[in-house]
Amino acid sequence: MWPEFASGRHGTLMPKFTTLAISDPAQLRFGVAPKPLNTRHGMSIGGGIVYPELNFTLPPMFVNETTLPEVKRQYREIIDGALHRAVELEAPGVVIEFETLPPMTENPSWGIDIAKILLDAMEKAHSQHGLKSVLRMTPNDTREMERPPVMRSGMLWERMLETFEGSAAAGAELLSIESVGGKEIHDEALMMGDLSAVLFSQCVMGVRDMRFLWTAIDKIARQYGVHCAGDTACGFGNTAMVLAEQKMIPRVFAAVVRAVSAVRTLVGYECGCVGPGKDCGYENVILKAITGFPMAMEGKTSACAHLSPLGNIAAATCDTWSNESVQNIKLLGGMAPTVYMEQLIYDCRLMNQSLADGRDAALLYQKWMVNSDAGLDPQAYILTPRSAIAIAQSIVSSPDDYTAGKNAALAAIALLAEGHKNGLVKISELELPWLDTMRETVEELPAAEGEFIDQMMGTVDTEKFVPKDYAL
Amino acid sequence: MLMNTFQELTDAVEKGNRKEAARLTQVLLDAGTAPLEIVESALVPAMSNVGEKFKNNQVFVPEMLIAARAMKEAMAIIQPLLTAAGIVPKYTAVIGTVQGDLHDIGKNLVAMMLKGANFNVIDVGINVPPEKFIAAARENNAQLVGLSALLTTTMPAMKTIVDAMRAAGLNNVKIMIGGAPITQQFANEIGADGYSPDAASAVDLAHKLVAA
Repeated sequence: MWPEFASGRHGTLMPKFTTLAISDPAQLRFGVAPKPLNTRHGMSIGGGIVYPELNFTLPPMFVNETTLPEVKRQYREIIDGALHRAVELEAPGVVIEFETLPPMTENPSWGIDIAKILLDAMEKAHSQHGLKSVLRMTPNDTREMERPPVMRSGMLWERMLETFEGSAAAGAELLSIESVGGKEIHDEALMMGDLSAVLFSQCVMGVRDMRFLWTAIDKIARQYGVHCAGDTACGFGNTAMVLAEQKMIPRVFAAVVRAVSAVRTLVGYECGCVGPGKDCGYENVILKAITGFPMAMEGKTSACAHLSPLGNIAAATCDTWSNESVQNIKLLGGMAPTVYMEQLIYDCRLMNQSLADGRDAALLYQKWMVNSDAGLDPQAYILTPRSAIAIAQSIVSSPDDYTAGKNAALAAIALLAEGHKNGLVKISELELPWLDTMRETVEELPAAEGEFIDQMMGTVDTEKFVPKDYAL
Repeated sequence: MLMNTFQELTDAVEKGNRKEAARLTQVLLDAGTAPLEIVESALVPAMSNVGEKFKNNQVFVPEMLIAARAMKEAMAIIQPLLTAAGIVPKYTAVIGTVQGDLHDIGKNLVAMMLKGANFNVIDVGINVPPEKFIAAARENNAQLVGLSALLTTTMPAMKTIVDAMRAAGLNNVKIMIGGAPITQQFANEIGADGYSPDAASAVDLAHKLVAA
């Protein structure tokens, strides 16, 4: 369903999603989105085919003026090798993501020049071999290079936008970012297991920054006829996931943080994003149910960048299938990005074959993806299609972001408690008390956002952020 | 009697009971206990116990941090007395994320755990150039410098810092490194004194390095 339009905090009309685009778990599946995205080269993302999405980074080396020629050579080598393999394996299309490194956003011409190198190779592969492709440009959110970060002005902000603009002008059709608004206090909230601070960080600070940031990126996208693709709560949900993987925080806590993160990431879609959502946003499952836009996901093929308990289940609802990031180093099979292109293509082939065999075949394959992970980790359990839709419903039924965050948390906690009781998900004895603690924490929070803000501004370290940049 | 109070203080800190930690600290001081003895016989063992439980997957970081806060509450009472008596922690560590890198959660954890082990920790932040590490190590007479990096493109900055510190004559300052792309082999290659794969073992490594 197209969202209703509501008056945003900045005086513009912003869509607010009040109903689900997908309310039937059987409709929340890979390769198919109610609102597919069509690219210039004729890819239809979410239109019945899952595409590989390759991301890569440099081997250990400095990025500076002196090394720039070698940096460019590395990217040329990466893209030539990866596209060559995609042509050989007859990929139906590929998404290439260029996630810049901080010096490439601080010096926009560096990032834009590399984007041009990638686009040039992609155009050649299209004209010579018919390979369809699209570039996702993901500049770093370099605002956090200053502490406390200045979120709405200054050179870092301007250069970040310049990188977006230059790459959109060069032909990058998809714009993304891993934005960091609210992260100033989120790391500590995770380490303290403080769900109130998580909610304040994401559903008060984060959503405010997302509205400001994505309104600015949307203007650029409109100017150059490209798409705002989507954001991710990488610095929030994935930090929690990695900490849980390292046994630093409970997995149930990370699972609830993930559910809450959907509220923050959703704001991008209220401000013009149309997908595919950024690959590392595992909350994309929930967002696909809400928005109907296609989503990138990553799982077992992203173990090169980080471990996760979501290797198979992440693919269950993907529209592009990604590897997160791999260094350009030599493996026995070839350079790592080329190797990963091959792995992604084979994963996609299997998904696409099941889609070609009909709905029942796709649903059976999806069931295996879901069930092979869901019972083993609470973070996987909350991303089953049934769980994701329940969390999504709790969000769209809420009148504001703060309430949506609380309701998403409560929905996730209830799902986990119920799943554990019914023997559907394994939760360790050490973690079980956390479910009650988290529920009590959320239930004791004020009903009104204003009261919550007053309470939290007296609790969190306000030296770590610039309150006026969050209208606080 | 006092032995019981020492144990009660250790228990209070382990459980993160801030008010009780402060109260028992005051009880011990009022009974004439030397401030340093409270630190060494009650507070440090408490954090050591919590650290051990963490290493054995019996608690999570939040429980450890809550214990650290209780210790901080006790230290707020003790620290002025230690300072007045000219007693400082035996070891000082300078810790930071290298130039070009913004990631600090791992660095913050190591800093917290070193504090729990009664190190004087100077956290120089993120995106830190070599000269800042050198200045902080000199100003604070540090025995240890900890470098953190998460990006493959900031790993080389670790070597720059190691080389700069040695060139600056800080040959007795031990350097330990850590971060997702870092390995022992890399530490060996750049001349660092040690590598730790996680925050918990960083404390053991720090002790080993400063005692060497």
